[in-house]
This record gives sequence, structure tokens and C-alpha cells, in this order.
Amino acid sequence: MVKHSLLKIVTAAAIAVGASFSALAADPIKIGSVLSVTGPAAFLGDPELKTLQLYIEKINKEGGVLGRQLQLVHYDDGSDAAKANGFAKRLIDDDKVDIIVGGTVTGSTMSMIPLVEKAELPFISLAGAVVIVEPVKKWVFKTPHTDRMAAEKVFDDMKKRNLTKIALFSETSGFGASGKKETEAMATKMGITLVANETYGPKDTDMTPQLTKIKNTAGVQAVFVFGLGQGPSVVNKNYKQLGITLPLYHAHGVASEEFIKLSGPAAEGVRLPAAALLVADKLAAGDPQKPVATGYRKAYSERFKEDVSTFGGHAYDGLMIAVDAFKRAGSTDKAKVRDAIEATKGYIGTGGKVNMSATDHMGLDQSAFRMLEIKNGDWTLVN
Amino acid sequence: MSGVRRHYSLMLLAAVLLLLPLVLPNNFYYDIVIRMAINAIIALGLNLLIGFAGQISLGHAGFIGIGAYASAILPTHFGWHPLLAMAAGAAIASSIAAILARPIFRLKGQYLAMATLGMGIIIAIVIKNEAAYTGGPDGMPVAPIGLMGFEIAGEKQWYWVLAATLLFSFWAAKNLIDSPFGRALRALHGSEVAAQVMGVDIVRYKVAIFVLSAFFASLMGSVTAHYIGFVTPNIADFFHSIELVTMVVIGGMASIYGSLIGAVLLTALPQALSTFEGWETVVFGSILMTCMIFMPKGLVPTLAARFGRNGREDP
Repeated sequence: MVKHSLLKIVTAAAIAVGASFSALAADPIKIGSVLSVTGPAAFLGDPELKTLQLYIEKINKEGGVLGRQLQLVHYDDGSDAAKANGFAKRLIDDDKVDIIVGGTVTGSTMSMIPLVEKAELPFISLAGAVVIVEPVKKWVFKTPHTDRMAAEKVFDDMKKRNLTKIALFSETSGFGASGKKETEAMATKMGITLVANETYGPKDTDMTPQLTKIKNTAGVQAVFVFGLGQGPSVVNKNYKQLGITLPLYHAHGVASEEFIKLSGPAAEGVRLPAAALLVADKLAAGDPQKPVATGYRKAYSERFKEDVSTFGGHAYDGLMIAVDAFKRAGSTDKAKVRDAIEATKGYIGTGGKVNMSATDHMGLDQSAFRMLEIKNGDWTLVN
Repeated sequence: MSGVRRHYSLMLLAAVLLLLPLVLPNNFYYDIVIRMAINAIIALGLNLLIGFAGQISLGHAGFIGIGAYASAILPTHFGWHPLLAMAAGAAIASSIAAILARPIFRLKGQYLAMATLGMGIIIAIVIKNEAAYTGGPDGMPVAPIGLMGFEIAGEKQWYWVLAATLLFSFWAAKNLIDSPFGRALRALHGSEVAAQVMGVDIVRYKVAIFVLSAFFASLMGSVTAHYIGFVTPNIADFFHSIELVTMVVIGGMASIYGSLIGAVLLTALPQALSTFEGWETVVFGSILMTCMIFMPKGLVPTLAARFGRNGREDP
């Protein structure tokens, strides 16, 4: 009996492989996606997937695009770039998708780029680093702000407060490492001196040694932390425990409600650059982003009963830019769609105002970031 | 195992590899078969160490990482020829294995597992942190490989390269196991004291087999890097090591074809299960558990004992 049931499992697996191949007959527009729904980057990939599902369902209910339904074909790379590469091949060669929206982290995106370039398929990445769109790659676009923009925004704000000697405290993750590189370059450009430059591991639970060193460094006027996930919250707590009173800045990677919850009272006074989405209800009435940001926020939290994060917003922008491009191209012809994406002008998304061009495949400028400060456990806009 | 049977099974494998392109519908299926072949060769090398010599290694992905990053770094940063880089990677991995083998193989059981685990993790950390050369956690692109003006490109060419490599590895492994060297390894597995009494230099054999499997792993790391065209530190990850050990155990320890079946199964399952929408890890885990509960010796040895006519003992 046991062997019998095993045989069934193997047969089922074989049928599953076969079934995925035979589902080509219908004629929907296929949107492919490889996201990190599990693994260390799950907190990014999970809201991205939910957002894509939510809005594709919604668009289909309203009649689809070009009179055709949208079909989402998505795979989970488990936060492993090598798997993302394999699934991208599957999307291109087997599922024959019309566009790829996805690639949660920079590593996954970079491992997919050679494939989409070769297949000449439009690709909108949801990952952060500058290398994705610089140098410009013909078929590759991205929606999130870059680490370089975050550093620039933070330094802008510091300069307004006459803080020019700062300590950089970055995470050794991909996000933090890339952020460190861009921050160092931006500091030189903007006349900021890095008097201390420390790092921490993404799973560290105590950052007091590095913070003590920063505290004892002469001349430090402010601290800039570049990290994701839980690490930055630990920094906040240790910062208060050590009684450091210098202004504390974080990067855009922690822009979620979770960050405030995890840090508790230690988050008070912390500043960070973030997309308007987080402060949707606090935006001025005439702000062009207000309707988009509040609309997305409402739809997402009603459906999934959880707070929005800017990461899901990136997926929203990616999908909307793709849909808009299909409409303007009037077909799913890959070259025409690519040209249409590149010609995106004045699209207002959750991330900001997008103006793509042949030399800019992200299309966001500094105005896309708002400087936020945490006051009384809530975000407030800094002018 | 008679000589005729040996050739029979190799010819069967060759026939399958020859006929497979007739049924593979597109490049994606080629891709899966190529990944299966790569994993099978690595699992084979690991099986020689774990199944035949009875020594565990939980750091094998480290050697794969060395090969992969040698093929990525040396041509990109130093302008080496990819083949030379591949050889250098294999040489580095083998040397590390040779140097570490003597102290490591003084240990047994869980202590040996811990030591190899530590070694693998250290290699992964070095790769992750030497960002100037390795690109850090985001990884780096790898130049294509070629020989005398021909570049191996596209799934179909890689398929034939790996089919040939796979066949050669199986032939070599079979011969190795039936040689005095292989018999010494199995003696070692059975009882180290008995093997020593019979005149087997156990340290020398343990070191030799560890170096050999590290060599295989590094070469296949290089091949993976060139094939995918991109490497990330995940390739040297602890979880990758575990995945490889799982292939060996599921397929069947001390079974050449067990390595093949284990690699095929563990490469195909994640793709086949991706339709389960978020439940794939649960289904994957329960399949592995079912296999281990009902077939603790692995698929191939259990099935061979069940259906085999060659009079092997029933467990």
C-alpha cells in the first residue's frame, strides 16, 4: 500500500509538470513574476505578490486590458537569485509571458537580466539598487527609488540642519552594502564628512559596541543607518539605551509601520526618507499623489487586513506602468510595449511622479521622497 | 555485480540521454535537465564520500562556491582564460580539502559534521564579505566559456556537454568503486579497525576521497557559474550543502544510481510543486518525510531490494 501511494505522488508530480505546459491555448495577456515570497526577503515579496493579485483581479473585473484578461504567472524564488534565474527561464520559454514584473531584490533581478535581454522581453524590476538601470539596459526598467536617492535626500536634510560630520552605520546585507557604497560616493559629492563608518550583520541582536565607538568618535554630529528589517529597530533601542542624543537618520528600507512597532518609544525623533504612501492621509489636499496613495492604501488594507508598506506600492506602480504601456502600444508586441514603457510620462504612482526616457529607466526624481519624522509613534512630514 | 550488468546500466543511461532531446519541448525543460545533471554529478562525488566511505560533509557547497567564484572572479578581474580559471578553482578547492582533511578526519560522527559545517560557513562568509571581488551578497555576472573560438551558449549545447560529463562521471565512479580503492573505502565504512587490521591506510583513503569529491564539486561549481551566467553567495550556502546531502540520502547512500535519482527528484520537485501556491514547501517536506519513513535506505536501494532479481538481501 505504501508503495502504491508513493507511486500516486510521483504520478501527480508528473501530471503537474505536464499540466503547466498544456495551459497555453487561451488568449489572456500573461504577466510573469518571480518574487521572494519566502526566505529572508519575504517581507518585501509577500506584499508585492498580494498587490499584484489584488489589482489584476480588479482590472479583470473591469474588463481587462485591450479587451483581454490579465493572467498572473508567478513563482517564488525563496530569496535565492539562482532560483530566480531558473524561474525566469520558465516564464520566458515555457509560459511565454508578455512582460515580467518582479524580481524582489537586486540579486534576483541581476540574475534575470541576461535572460530578458536575450529574449527581448520587457522587464520591470521591483528591486532597489542603481546597478539595475545604470548603465541603461534596453529591456530593463524599475519602479523603486534607489539607494543613491535616499542618501541624497538624507544629506539634503542634514545640510539644512548644518550637520556635515556624520557617522555611517550600514548593514552587511545586499541592500546595506550597496547603500554604503552609494552613501560614501554621495558624501564626497555633497561635502559631507564620514567621521565614522561602521557595519552590522543583518541578524545581530546587539549593536552597542559599534554605537559606543560612534559615540566616542570626536566630532560626530549625526548618525545615518542603512539597513532593512529588524536590525535598524535594534539600533534605535541601543541608541536610546546608550543615551546618544545626536540626530538619527534611517534609509528608505525601513519605511513600514512595523518599524515603529518594533522600535517602540525608541523610534521617537528618528528621520527617514520615504515615499508618500506612508503618509497618504497627511498629504496636502492638492497633492497629486494623494488620490493614488490613499486609494491603494484603502484597497490593500481592506482586502488583507494589514498595513501597507512601500514595497507593495512598488509592485502596484510596476503593474500600472505595464498596463498603461499595453494600452498605449495597442498590442502586446514586445518591442512596442518596451517603447511605450520608455515613453511613460507623468504617471503618478505610490512611489512618486514617473517620467521615463531613453536615458532614465526609473523616471523618479528627488521629489519622490518625503522626509518623515516619527513623532508620538506616528509619521509626520518634515518640510 | 557482473561486468555485463555494469555496461547494461551505463548504456541505458546513455540511451536516455540520447533520446531525451526528442521529448523535451522547449528550453525550460532543457534547463531543468541540465540542472539535474549538474546536481547528479555533485551528488555522485558526495556519495562516494558519504555513502561509500561513510564520512559526512555538511560544507560541500563551500567547494562549489570556490569553483563558481574562481570562474567568476579570475576571468573578470584578472583576464584569465575561463578554462584556466576552472582548473585554478578546482586546484584551490582540492588544496583546501587536502589541508583540512587531516585534522578534520580525526573527528567522527557529529563532530565531523560540525567541522565540515564550519568550513562551509567560513567559505560562504568570505565570499559574502569580499565585496570588492565577489560583488557581495548581490553576486556578480560570469563571462561565457569557450574553447578555440567556440562559445558554449544556449541550453542545447550545454545539454550535450553535461550529458557527456554525466556519462563519464558515472563510468568513472563505477570503475572506482569496483577497484581496490573502492573496496578499501567500503571496508573503511564497515569498520575502521577491521580495515586498518587488513592493511588499509585509513587516513590516506579518507583524505583522497575528500579531495576527490571537493574537486568534483568545484568543477561543477564552475560549470554552474558559466551556465547560469551569474553567481550569488547562495551557491556556497549551508542550505545548499543540506540540499546536496538530502539528494544523496533520498536517492540512496552507497548507490551510484541513487545519486542520479536523488538529484533528479530534488531538482524537479520544486518546479513541479510551484503550482501549489505557497504550500509547496509543506508538500515538499512531507514527500521527503514519507520517503525517509518508508524508505530509510533511500529510493534506489529499497526499490532494488523490492524488485531486484539479483538476490540482494531484503532489509
